[in-house]
Amino acid sequence: MTDTTDATVPAGRAGDQPLCELRNIRISFGGLHAVDDVSVNLYPGEVVALVGGNGAGKSTLMHALAGAHPADSGEIWINGQPVTIHNPRDARTHGVEVIYQKLALADNIDAAGNVFLGRELRTKTGSLDDEAMASATQKVLARLNPRFKNLKTAVKSLSGGQRQSVAIARAVHFNARILIMDEPTAALGPAETAQVRELITQLKAEGIGIFLISHDIHDVFDLADRISVMAQGQLVGTVDKNAVTKDEVLAMIILGKRPEETTPDDIAELTS
Amino acid sequence: MAVDVVAADDTDDQEIAADAGQEQGRGNLVSSIQSVLHRYPALSPALVLLAAYVVFTFLGDGRFARLDTTGRMLQQTAVVGVLAIGQTIIVLTAGIDLSIGVIAIFSHLFMARLAMNNGWPSILALLAGFVAATLFGTLNGALVSKVKLPPFIVTLGTLNIFVALGLIYSQAREISGDDLRGSGNGLLVWTGKTISFGSLRITTGVLMVVVLYAVFAYVLSNTAWGRHIYAVGDDADAAALAGIDVNRVKLSAYAVAGLIYGIGGWILLGRADTASTNNAGGANLDTITAVVIGGTSLFGGRGLIWGTLLGALIVTVYNTGLSLAGVNQDYRTLAIGILVIVAVAIDQWIRKARK
Ligand SMILES: Nc1ncnc2c1ncn2[C@@H]1O[C@H](COP(=O)(O)OP(=O)(O)OP(=O)(O)O)[C@@H](O)[C@H]1O
Ligand SMILES: [Mg+2]
Repeated sequence: MTDTTDATVPAGRAGDQPLCELRNIRISFGGLHAVDDVSVNLYPGEVVALVGGNGAGKSTLMHALAGAHPADSGEIWINGQPVTIHNPRDARTHGVEVIYQKLALADNIDAAGNVFLGRELRTKTGSLDDEAMASATQKVLARLNPRFKNLKTAVKSLSGGQRQSVAIARAVHFNARILIMDEPTAALGPAETAQVRELITQLKAEGIGIFLISHDIHDVFDLADRISVMAQGQLVGTVDKNAVTKDEVLAMIILGKRPEETTPDDIAELTS
Repeated sequence: MAVDVVAADDTDDQEIAADAGQEQGRGNLVSSIQSVLHRYPALSPALVLLAAYVVFTFLGDGRFARLDTTGRMLQQTAVVGVLAIGQTIIVLTAGIDLSIGVIAIFSHLFMARLAMNNGWPSILALLAGFVAATLFGTLNGALVSKVKLPPFIVTLGTLNIFVALGLIYSQAREISGDDLRGSGNGLLVWTGKTISFGSLRITTGVLMVVVLYAVFAYVLSNTAWGRHIYAVGDDADAAALAGIDVNRVKLSAYAVAGLIYGIGGWILLGRADTASTNNAGGANLDTITAVVIGGTSLFGGRGLIWGTLLGALIVTVYNTGLSLAGVNQDYRTLAIGILVIVAVAIDQWIRKARK
């Protein structure tokens, strides 16, 4: 087993069992190494932010855990056990839920239909229980966006933020243990964003582990416990939020250098 | 229900209109017509059918409106109608099936010959016809979902293969309804049996078609399988990420369609009252016409099975109405062609309603 608990992983965690570990994940598209030997981990009740520039490989790395695009090599461990995740169904059986950056909704189907897509509720006779699905959807959506009422219209006629709420509702309804949120607030207004931040705090308190991909450095510092920085497919490093400054993280993202490698000149250049 | 066919309450309408914002430039009436048609995909074909019926009733010499004409039209629509159920399911998955007619032809030849030439009991011959058609459909489905070939190419290929198989197998010999009845195989042409309601004469086959529509309307809108058919055609990637086994759904769609073509073969046998490779020649394109006029999107994921039945009826009503008005076959074909293009244009226009 490769040592994933390198110096950048906060020491206090070393004793506990991680909820989820990605070890030495590699994914290539043709000659492009989208994810190149990346290892990250996640503890229960923890938010790990994945940050990096556009095309750094954040989404692709998470796709391996989600089963959306299996890794070419590397291992996935959940609760101390190695698991194989070939497709999204495998991921779900391990309690992994995903809010995809591209939302992955079926446009002509309504909110409830999308929330329950692939795991529809049925009545005793085996037919779809649309009522139960609608009321459950209403309940989750109320946590996210109390003004959301268009439950019965095709999601393609919803606003970007409403669509994002549907995607979030789908991920949180099914009692995930590991939640992947790929830029979950990109399309949301300030009120809805605040709801999602509140939701993240609640989910954390319930012991759910969250990988949060975000470009908003303030969100990252407000919500995350640790920050894993990727650049050009590689992991620059994982740092404890409390041990670094925003500028140091920006330096990691932009220069691809860890805090201990960063010089005051680097920081000065970034902030000038 | 989840598929976009049911009215939401009025507040939703207002919110969407407000959200969209761009609707205001257009006339309010036009845009609300557009959005109503969008909500009920079967409404536009229903209106077209109604309009055609009214026009032909009042313009003609009275023959069109007679019940026996209606009965004849229903009988004429039966074969295309049943086959178009399979086509609709496949089109909903964003596929297309060009091998429909030949699968039905093969299955009706197979049933008749097993019973007549091989001495199979008619019930077994019938079931064997269903099984053969299901296998053909499954072959199409396997090529589409496992080998990942485009449905158009797959079914163009199997169209030729199944035609050839039918010809080779039947040696181009026909078996008449009388032969079947005379040999105690009346079951195979039972679907052609007339049922009269006064001067309205339909067949058991017509009733079967109606029942099949009801069954598949239920299955498509009230079962998980039906919802997955829509989802796969809507956005296959999104469906896969939602944990749907897209390949299995596609495979099952083609297999189920195959079974429907097998039943279609039975209805064809009763309707034609003979088993012949010459039957149901134009069925492929006729089913696509019915699907398109019925408002199902060829891009998949949107449409209603009842629309297809209306589409099939519209074609028959136009044909009959124009023919009774003395319009010759060539001009009728022209009219149907125009109708198809208008239907697709309207569909595009309706889809813009909520973009
Ligand atoms: N399906 C694919 N086929 C080919 N290349 C891909 C595919 N998916 C991702 N890539 C490439 O892999 C690299 C990493 O992409 P990825 O989407 O993981 O980046 P990201 O860090 O999520 O970026 P962003 O912040 O823009 O979402 C990019 O160069 C991208 O072009
Ligand atoms: Mg991304």
